[in-house]
Amino acid sequence: MAMLHTVNKSPYQCDTLESCLKHVGDGDVVLLIEDGVYAAMKGGKAAELIANANGVKICVLSADVKARGLEGKLIDGVEVVDYGGFVDLVVETDKTQAWL
Amino acid sequence: MSGYYEVDGKQVPHDEEGYITNLSDWSKELAEVIAKEEGIDMTDEHWEVVNFLREYYDEYQIAPAIRVLVKAMKKKFGPEKGNNKYLYELFPYGPAKQACKIAGLPKPTGCV
Amino acid sequence: MSEVKNFLYVNRKAPHGTIYALESLEVVLIGAAFEQDVALAFLDDGVFQLVKGWDTSELGVKNFQPAYTALGDYDISKVYVERESLEERGLTEDDLIEMTYEDEDDDWAEKSSIRIVSREEMAQIMRDSDVILSF
Repeated sequence: MAMLHTVNKSPYQCDTLESCLKHVGDGDVVLLIEDGVYAAMKGGKAAELIANANGVKICVLSADVKARGLEGKLIDGVEVVDYGGFVDLVVETDKTQAWL
Repeated sequence: MSGYYEVDGKQVPHDEEGYITNLSDWSKELAEVIAKEEGIDMTDEHWEVVNFLREYYDEYQIAPAIRVLVKAMKKKFGPEKGNNKYLYELFPYGPAKQACKIAGLPKPTGCV
Repeated sequence: MSEVKNFLYVNRKAPHGTIYALESLEVVLIGAAFEQDVALAFLDDGVFQLVKGWDTSELGVKNFQPAYTALGDYDISKVYVERESLEERGLTEDDLIEMTYEDEDDDWAEKSSIRIVSREEMAQIMRDSDVILSF
């Protein structure tokens, strides 16, 4: 019964990612998209949120990472997926919650 | 096409579907004019529904969906009036849609 | 006929700063016509949507708060409000509007729709829903 959560807002702009991570369960996947990918940047304050997210897989969408110049700046352990990978995640999980 | 209803020599604007643009423009005379365009001759039974809708909107700020209108009518007037058949006989082109238009309310949410 | 699904509408935004709250309400009203099993969740700033006593007259926008109290007419009987979100904002259940429904299985007795739940319970409610629409 794993869920996919997408987060599309910067963690420095609002608390969406924080709230999302408070409501995830074991085995869930959090996919950072659009400005959400800033959370996966090494050295940022939000990196702590990601580091503390135990039992949850964190992914980022490659198109959004590249568009923002964040390649090579990502926290270790974060998985980069392309659009096809995004679709796979939707299919593999049992439902999706798109956090706004 | 949007346009105007003529009431006592005054023009009241409506949208392309005939719903009035400013809810405060409503009057009993206007209701009669809109009803005429809808092909409806207003009886006491029609007025009962129209007044009921206006009260409902005043309280909840919603033009209710047909299902909700039926339920609320049933609660207030009993099952003889709180049913689809009765309401469709009064307002053949859709009670929520037509009666709301005559009552000067917006089109019910979810009504397409 | 398709099977009935559990829909959960998640509300996380304060009422007037963005259009989300009003849009969510509109979607709930539209969705209610399809006779699915609908529940609402209010957490984070979303709990501000239910704080009673709005007066929007000086904003020049419609006061859509009364519409929440009509949701019982739309067969919505489950309104989950997260306790931690209330506490973080210095709010209690007494600050919230009343939302009621009539219980078909109990001689149409009027009951409160609002259920205060913990963050943990809220997470479980999300997991138990078939479809989640987040605003």
